[in-house]
Amino acid sequence: MAPSDRASSDSTIALDVFRYRPEQEEEFTFQRYDVPYREDWVVLDALNHIKDEIDGTLSYRWSCRMGVCGSCGMMVNGDPKLTCATFLRDYYPDPIRIEPLSYFPVIRDLVINMDDFMEKLERVKAWLIPQEEKPISEGEYRQTPAQLARYKDFSMCINCMLCYSACPVYGKHPEFIGPAATALAQRYNLDSRDGAAEDRADVIFSHEGIWECTFVGECTEVCPKNVDPAGAIQQAKVSATQEFYQAMLLPWAKK
Amino acid sequence: METKQNKSKEYMRPMPTNWWLKRTNYLLFIVRETTCVFVGLYAIYLLILAMLRDEPDSFAAWLQSPTLIVLQIVALPFLLFHSITWINLTPKVLVVWRGEERVPPSLIAAAHFGGWLIVSLIIFWIAFQYG
Repeated sequence: MAPSDRASSDSTIALDVFRYRPEQEEEFTFQRYDVPYREDWVVLDALNHIKDEIDGTLSYRWSCRMGVCGSCGMMVNGDPKLTCATFLRDYYPDPIRIEPLSYFPVIRDLVINMDDFMEKLERVKAWLIPQEEKPISEGEYRQTPAQLARYKDFSMCINCMLCYSACPVYGKHPEFIGPAATALAQRYNLDSRDGAAEDRADVIFSHEGIWECTFVGECTEVCPKNVDPAGAIQQAKVSATQEFYQAMLLPWAKK
Repeated sequence: METKQNKSKEYMRPMPTNWWLKRTNYLLFIVRETTCVFVGLYAIYLLILAMLRDEPDSFAAWLQSPTLIVLQIVALPFLLFHSITWINLTPKVLVVWRGEERVPPSLIAAAHFGGWLIVSLIIFWIAFQYG
């Protein structure tokens, strides 16, 4: 097929979209929509076309369309993807299957309930807790570029939850704190301005925290921001082990 | 009121039993989990061999047992697989900083492969020295 044919305005691509409407059905169904094929369209553009032109009842989340807000994560042909960064041209001419993120309860169509993840972010205290609170008049908490480099990669997380949908451990054990929340806890633990690593330890260094992880490694593969949550969890395992032996062998030493 | 009613009707998709066939990393994970049995069996084999060191006849019989030779032939590729996958993940665990720069992950893995080679050569040397 010549490139000009592929881009021609009358070609279409089929989307098989997961539908679940709790007020009218007990089970999900797949609904096929034929949308115009454009080389520069992403899956989210196609969903917006369906919503605007074909079927206004389709529900899904999206916001920024540029890989920053983390709202439009869905399963595209079984892979967790940001739909704003997944081009139709990579699947054309085959149909594309769109499903809600795996391992989360589905509220409606492609909209999942993310309360569990939000609750986990809160439990690991994924925010900066300064060692010593100082008044604004004393200025900012300063940091060298080397200190910034220690946690910068982990700070790129946009809470899109693709990593949870890639994690079979989370699928089997929903109590697992999981990839993103652990990476974000590490992000603050490694921040030179933060002083709350000990407060996070109870949740992170627990069985349902890092020790549940069996290092499948798929979370890192699917991360659209190269955060490497799998690395974050293994590094936290090392810190936990060091602390355990330090507490056992040198109980008098201050952490 | 309606939203409350809907909330109780959230749909949870069950995990398929063949989930581990869906992605290469899942399959590799299951392969690691199952083949570690052979690593364990080989470790037990070595421990028993060490226990028999003062009984030359039993020691020789243990070494020459065809069943146990088969076990070692089966276990060898799995042991190599586990050694290589283990070393390949060391850069994820061991993060070394040189100022603002992270020491390249490939260098960390290469250093471990180098160490493995050196230790193996030393063991070979000892084995042939006394063998």
